[in-house]
Amino acid sequence: MTLLSATDLHKAFGPTPALAGAGLTVDAGEIVAIMGPSGSGKSTLLHCLAGILTPDAGSVHYRGVDLGSLPDGKRSELRRTEFGFVFQFGQLVPELSCVENVALPLRLAGVKRRDAESRATDWLEKLEVADVAAKRPGETSGGQGQRVAVARALVTAPKVIFADEPTGALDSLNGERVMTLFLAAARATSAAVVLVTHEPRVAAYADREVVVRDGRSRLVEHAG
Amino acid sequence: MSLGHALLGLLERGPGHGYDLKKAYDDQFGQDRPLHYGQVYTTLSRLLRNGLVQEAGVESGSGPDRKRYAITDAGVTDVENWLGTPEKPEPYLQNTLYTKVVLALLSGREAADVLDTQRAAHLNAMRELTRRKTDGDLADKLICDYALFHLEADLRWLELTTARLDELAKQVGR
Ligand SMILES: Nc1ncnc2c1ncn2[C@@H]1O[C@H](COP(=O)(O)OP(=O)(O)O)[C@@H](O)[C@H]1O
Ligand SMILES: [Mg+2]
Repeated sequence: MTLLSATDLHKAFGPTPALAGAGLTVDAGEIVAIMGPSGSGKSTLLHCLAGILTPDAGSVHYRGVDLGSLPDGKRSELRRTEFGFVFQFGQLVPELSCVENVALPLRLAGVKRRDAESRATDWLEKLEVADVAAKRPGETSGGQGQRVAVARALVTAPKVIFADEPTGALDSLNGERVMTLFLAAARATSAAVVLVTHEPRVAAYADREVVVRDGRSRLVEHAG
Repeated sequence: MSLGHALLGLLERGPGHGYDLKKAYDDQFGQDRPLHYGQVYTTLSRLLRNGLVQEAGVESGSGPDRKRYAITDAGVTDVENWLGTPEKPEPYLQNTLYTKVVLALLSGREAADVLDTQRAAHLNAMRELTRRKTDGDLADKLICDYALFHLEADLRWLELTTARLDELAKQVGR
């Protein structure tokens, strides 16, 4: 079942086009890697898919609904309830403990503190970072911080997780732990993942890849 | 690397003598290992036997270089298939891949497609290894990692070459 589809997206920042006809479809529960050289438009494509950026032309449909036709309020509600996000760094609130960070999306959705933190703790355990629950993000290692960020993305049981270079700041071993635990958790909850990465070893965790070059996506047939 | 395919690719630009082919090959690919005439003539007679080239006139005189060769339709199809089929992903393919890319450029085909087809085959192999690694014990992990890092190095080369195709096209003279 197609969950998310983008057709012929165009987006320019000033005179430079970042997207020039990119398109993509994502099925429910599927893990798709978006690859390509730096500056090719991967992040812009991800932001358009997630309704963070509005394309200049082209459309994005989530479960058949055109994101461009939704009022801003509805679109941010969709982002809160159906989507999860993992970025390269800087996404955790530095003043809150790790467990409070993971519980935050639930608290914003009106879940009581005790319940939210107990669910957050479950996710920290699944990502093998329960030991940093009481610490602030600044007191954790890069790999631990990313696993906390993944836990926060998963706590609302999203249908799609958007991840932009989630291991970009990590060494091989920590990157591998983040990817293994992240994708195992995503598969276990049947969440689809849109994974932006320029690293082939990270993209190899996905079910398939889409290559973006000069703002256009190229679908390459898989050779046996 | 298949010399037969390389010579066929060079013949796509027009018929030539064995000598012309050797010179064209050495110019494009022979930087550290120029061809021997013997290799050229053995390969050409095999291509002739298989109907991939035909004689395009014999000049008078003696010596092996009296014949001109032209690529046949079957030869063109053979080059086409070769360029369109990715190499089995394994390390140290740069000779073959470089040759394919240059011949694609020389014949006006999409060299980016050759690289993308190969890239997809490499990533497929990496996905397979990643799966094996996730299900395996530590020994499996280490063995798979070794292969993964090598394939990744190849993929980086493919990516960089894609980024340099315009530059390369100028250099090979198109
Ligand atoms: N907010 C922005 N303002 C101006 N230019 C931008 C902005 N975001 C991206 N760009 C430009 O758009 C192009 C694509 O950027 P991006 O999507 O970030 O590429 P990637 O993620 O593949 O590295 C680049 O040339 C980049 O400089
Ligand atoms: Mg980016």
